[in-house]
Amino acid sequence: MKYPFPVGTADFIQGDEAIARAAILAGCRFYAGYPITPASEIFEAMALYMPLVDGVVIQMEDEIASIAAIIGASWAGVKAMTATSGPGFSLMQENIGYAVMTETPIVIVDVQRGGPSTGQPTLPSQGDIMQSIWGTHGDHSLIVLSPSTVQEAFDFTIRAFNLAEKYRTPVILLSDAEVGHMRERVYIPNPDEIEIVNRKLPQNEEEAELPFGDPHGDGVPPMPIFGKGYRTYVTGLTHDERGRPRTVEREVHERIIRRIVEKIEKNKKDIFDYEVKEIEDAEIAIITTGIVARSALRAVRDLRREGIRAGLVKINTIWPFDFEFIEKIAEKVERIYVPEMNLGQLYHLVREGANGKAEVKLISKIGGEVHTPVEIVEFIRRDMR
Amino acid sequence: MRLVSAYEIRDKYLRKDMLPTIFCPGCGIGSVLQYTLRAIDELKLDPDKIVWVSGIGCSSRVPGFVNFDGLHTTHGRALAFATGIKLANPELKIIAFMGDGDAAAIGGNHFIHAIRRNLDVTVILINNFTYGMTGGQVAPTTPKGLRGTTAPYGQFENPFDIAQLAVAAGANYVARWTVFNYIQGINSIKKALQKEGFSLVEFLSPCPISFGRRNRMKTAPEIIKWYQKITVPIEKAKKMKPEELEGKIIIGEFVDRDRPGLVREYEEYKKRAKKMMGWEV
Ligand SMILES: Cc1ncc(C[n+]2csc(CCOP(=O)(O)OP(=O)(O)O)c2C)c(N)n1
Ligand code: SF4
Repeated sequence: MKYPFPVGTADFIQGDEAIARAAILAGCRFYAGYPITPASEIFEAMALYMPLVDGVVIQMEDEIASIAAIIGASWAGVKAMTATSGPGFSLMQENIGYAVMTETPIVIVDVQRGGPSTGQPTLPSQGDIMQSIWGTHGDHSLIVLSPSTVQEAFDFTIRAFNLAEKYRTPVILLSDAEVGHMRERVYIPNPDEIEIVNRKLPQNEEEAELPFGDPHGDGVPPMPIFGKGYRTYVTGLTHDERGRPRTVEREVHERIIRRIVEKIEKNKKDIFDYEVKEIEDAEIAIITTGIVARSALRAVRDLRREGIRAGLVKINTIWPFDFEFIEKIAEKVERIYVPEMNLGQLYHLVREGANGKAEVKLISKIGGEVHTPVEIVEFIRRDMR
Repeated sequence: MRLVSAYEIRDKYLRKDMLPTIFCPGCGIGSVLQYTLRAIDELKLDPDKIVWVSGIGCSSRVPGFVNFDGLHTTHGRALAFATGIKLANPELKIIAFMGDGDAAAIGGNHFIHAIRRNLDVTVILINNFTYGMTGGQVAPTTPKGLRGTTAPYGQFENPFDIAQLAVAAGANYVARWTVFNYIQGINSIKKALQKEGFSLVEFLSPCPISFGRRNRMKTAPEIIKWYQKITVPIEKAKKMKPEELEGKIIIGEFVDRDRPGLVREYEEYKKRAKKMMGWEV
């Protein structure tokens, strides 16, 4: 297959562009979107590439329609993605819930900007962490990934598609304006270097008749896509294993919701991803995610030079969140610092994970600038005094 | 042609385990469903290649009762979901079964844009002048002065004429009937199903429970009589003065044209892209 960009080589590109290329290499063949800063470049790159690889790209009337269209495309058997930023992400929430409830694999990119409301369109923020995990109504679980670099924007996009297909669930890639607009060197692999996961399809009639059951015991039912003669009914109403609406029986609701939540939560070890630096002998840990992790890494080095044994935990998967892992870190260190570009969202998760085993402090910064390493160092130095 | 019995249609196309339906006695949705299934049957369409899509409302429950692939989505969004299904797999024929509130209020924007794009879909629209499922609030179609739970003193806003809206937005085929014009109705659905691009068949359909009860029409027959008073066939309407048409609803076939559908336009677009990039000559 011919690609509209060089593969098997490095390129110097923006984070948004990296996401578009990765999506195409991951097998995405349907993109629906609505323009919004700082995510528009993803759409624009898709607009150039998609028709060339026989995919579909379409500008919908709004973000609600965009996510609706990709859910439809996914049921038609195609890997599909949309990208947006805060305000558009808010509009998508109802249908994110629909994708959770109907177990539809899709990828949603949120290139975060400052909010609430129209806020700071061109500037980065990490204000959508809670919205990405808990934005839709009802009990649910889904997957949220958070890249720090342009290379990670590329790699995590491929992972987002693989996880969506593997667990039949929406996956959110939580980027930000800084990663989205920054140019960096990215290695774009050859397609044969990439591991691609495709959704389970029903192997026989019995499996096809239980599109929301658990025939394999792993919580993830095979997905009978449309047009294959399976006659599947998909509804956002509480439904039984066959997909029939059963809206007033407590047990039916409990059964489906628990399975949908557990198929994610029970596979935390597979999905949760992080990186640690200098954590073995650390007395303090900086736990952070996304773009801020890069400043934090530099801060760790500077603190070490001053004799403060600092370590870094960079969270790559924001949900499902490995609270036990954070507790283990908390048992090793005296203090945990959470620098983030909001008034404290990852902080809540970390504090819950730390479970009182270490003091957790928020280093918050808002307004559209990433923390400088010096700011992090100074905060910690002051706090340790 | 042999008239297929209603039982035969039922046995052939309905999901037996889902019956009975949720519809109230006297509701028109079941009749329109039957017309749609008859049209599919008469055209001998392959049920495995048809997907029913809907939003939320009484009318939107229809895809659950028919034995086809079906996507029962969120309120008002059926056509946005349909856009994804159709473009991702153009082999599939899409029937969107919608309510008037669903299509013209919360889904109004998706509705006009799906038409503007000429999305290849057949919309069967149940216009009962009310929000049936939520218990009879006024809809964007409620005629002025009629009552709903959210306008207990009589609707003060102007209603939408959904069929005319669809014509103006560029639909390829638009017809409107009452549920009692069943022969015209079935014929229109047959035409609509064979159309490329966007086709709409709107049915004025009685909702005695949520709508009629509040407007001195407790039963379906009373609503039929009212329809006879307020509807005017399109040919007759052409000869009437605007004053005479005040408060009347025109029924008939509004447009029948053959502009290229979205699928064909996108195929052309892909070819153009490849040519412009020098991938193909
Ligand atoms: C986002 C959202 N808002 C409101 C509702 C509540 N709701 C359910 S059905 C309905 C109206 C249905 O009316 P209509 O589309 O005319 O269909 P009918 O029931 O009359 O067939 C509403 C408002 C909802 N389900 N979702
Ligand atoms: S409430 Fe009205 S539209 Fe809904 S099923 Fe009853 S009669 Fe039909």
